[in-house]
Amino acid sequence: MNQMLNTERANNMTDSKISANKVQVYYGDTHAIKDVDIEIQPRSVTAFIGPSGCGKSTFLRTLNRMNDTIDICRVEGSIKIDGEDIYDPKVDPVQLRAKVGMVFQKPNPFPKSIYDNIAYGPRIHGLARSKSDLDDIVASSLQKAGLWEEVKNRLDEPGTGMSGGQQQRLCIARAIAVSPEVILMDEPCSALDPIATAKVEELIDELRENYTIVIVTHSMQQAARVSQRTAFFHLGILVEEGPTEDIFTNPKDKRTQDYITGRFG
Amino acid sequence: MSEHTVSAYDEELTAMAGKIAEMGGLAEKAFADAVHALVSQDLDLAKSTIANDVRLDALHHEVEVKLIEIIARRQPMGQDLREVTAATRIANDLERVGDLAKNVAKRVIAIDSDLQSKKLAIGVEHMTELALAQLKQVLDAYTRKDAEAARRVQEADAEVDAIYTSLFRELLTYMMEDPRVITQCVHLLFCAKNIERIGDHATNIAENVYYMVTGERLPEERAKVDETGAV
Repeated sequence: MNQMLNTERANNMTDSKISANKVQVYYGDTHAIKDVDIEIQPRSVTAFIGPSGCGKSTFLRTLNRMNDTIDICRVEGSIKIDGEDIYDPKVDPVQLRAKVGMVFQKPNPFPKSIYDNIAYGPRIHGLARSKSDLDDIVASSLQKAGLWEEVKNRLDEPGTGMSGGQQQRLCIARAIAVSPEVILMDEPCSALDPIATAKVEELIDELRENYTIVIVTHSMQQAARVSQRTAFFHLGILVEEGPTEDIFTNPKDKRTQDYITGRFG
Repeated sequence: MSEHTVSAYDEELTAMAGKIAEMGGLAEKAFADAVHALVSQDLDLAKSTIANDVRLDALHHEVEVKLIEIIARRQPMGQDLREVTAATRIANDLERVGDLAKNVAKRVIAIDSDLQSKKLAIGVEHMTELALAQLKQVLDAYTRKDAEAARRVQEADAEVDAIYTSLFRELLTYMMEDPRVITQCVHLLFCAKNIERIGDHATNIAENVYYMVTGERLPEERAKVDETGAV
């Protein structure tokens, strides 16, 4: 019996990258996330959708403890990445955020050169032993983010001088530079035009081979295009989660149906 | 189901369903008229049935344009996506029903003589009644979004097929007995085949209605076999 339980647990651990159980988030007295259980698959894209204020960004931010920075915020329940509880007091949030990178709604490059934007993380985490090591990391991160050809001759120019779409891909390259396993994206394309959006989506599709990606998006079409699984949040509850094609063609819950078809009151 | 936040979207979907229903009405009438013209040798009715097919084709074109517009503008999801894809397929089926009815009407003119056998006419009429009832029921199921009614239509198609097989046998016998009736019998055989095909289109529509309502595929009730091969 015990052996069976162990095998089961081992299977669960290999199946999902992130395992959330009965997660509650409170902002002071407000119960913002209620009883969320979700298993997030490795090397795939999971999209969180839902109306504004439904808790999807709040939940996303629990996955790398970004909510720690908000004083009145309290998280309960368990969130495990590779079977390890990320809220364990022994876990260093800085190390955690290197493993679980994040890209935000508005591109936020540092007011530094393109090179230094990428090199910053590897430097503080001591990932490069020499200047040439660091050069390699910068080049390969920019290549993975599909930005290398556009910027290789202007690495010393400020990152803030790039176009919005390039800045966002720079932020993705910056996240990749510290060799994360998970990348969280909070509406990464909402400030971008359709062409820049398409480039970021193409990039997400390529990154899926090596990273576990969780993306919050207001665009249902984007969720349908980029993700393999979709989770619908409403009023702090995870209403429905499943293969993306099922959620968009035949959702099980009436609330999901109303939301994706544009019938929300 | 509650209304869309964008009310124009609801209007577009309602208008689309209305046009499908209108196509259904035209297809039903063309089919009934063509068979009526056949059994009563009414050449005028046959000619007007042929001429009226233009309206069904035009409506089909209109529906296609509307559907493409809805997809381009609204990017339908969930139930709406299923409604739009089902409408596309149902419109195609109804357009084909119109073509098959027109073909029956053309053969009325080609035959241009009284039917040799009352018994044959009764067989064709009976088959038509069944196929027409199928078409009516499936169009009702579409309008009422009734998956259960759609499933019943699929089940009933076997009966139409059985009558077709028996008509086929009968026509074969006539042709063997008297080679002078071969031309007429071959025309009648094609008419019967057309009617049987209309039954198949009703079944296709039933499958699409079922998918539209439930999001699931209607399980195949039976293997489709043409038993005339064994006659």
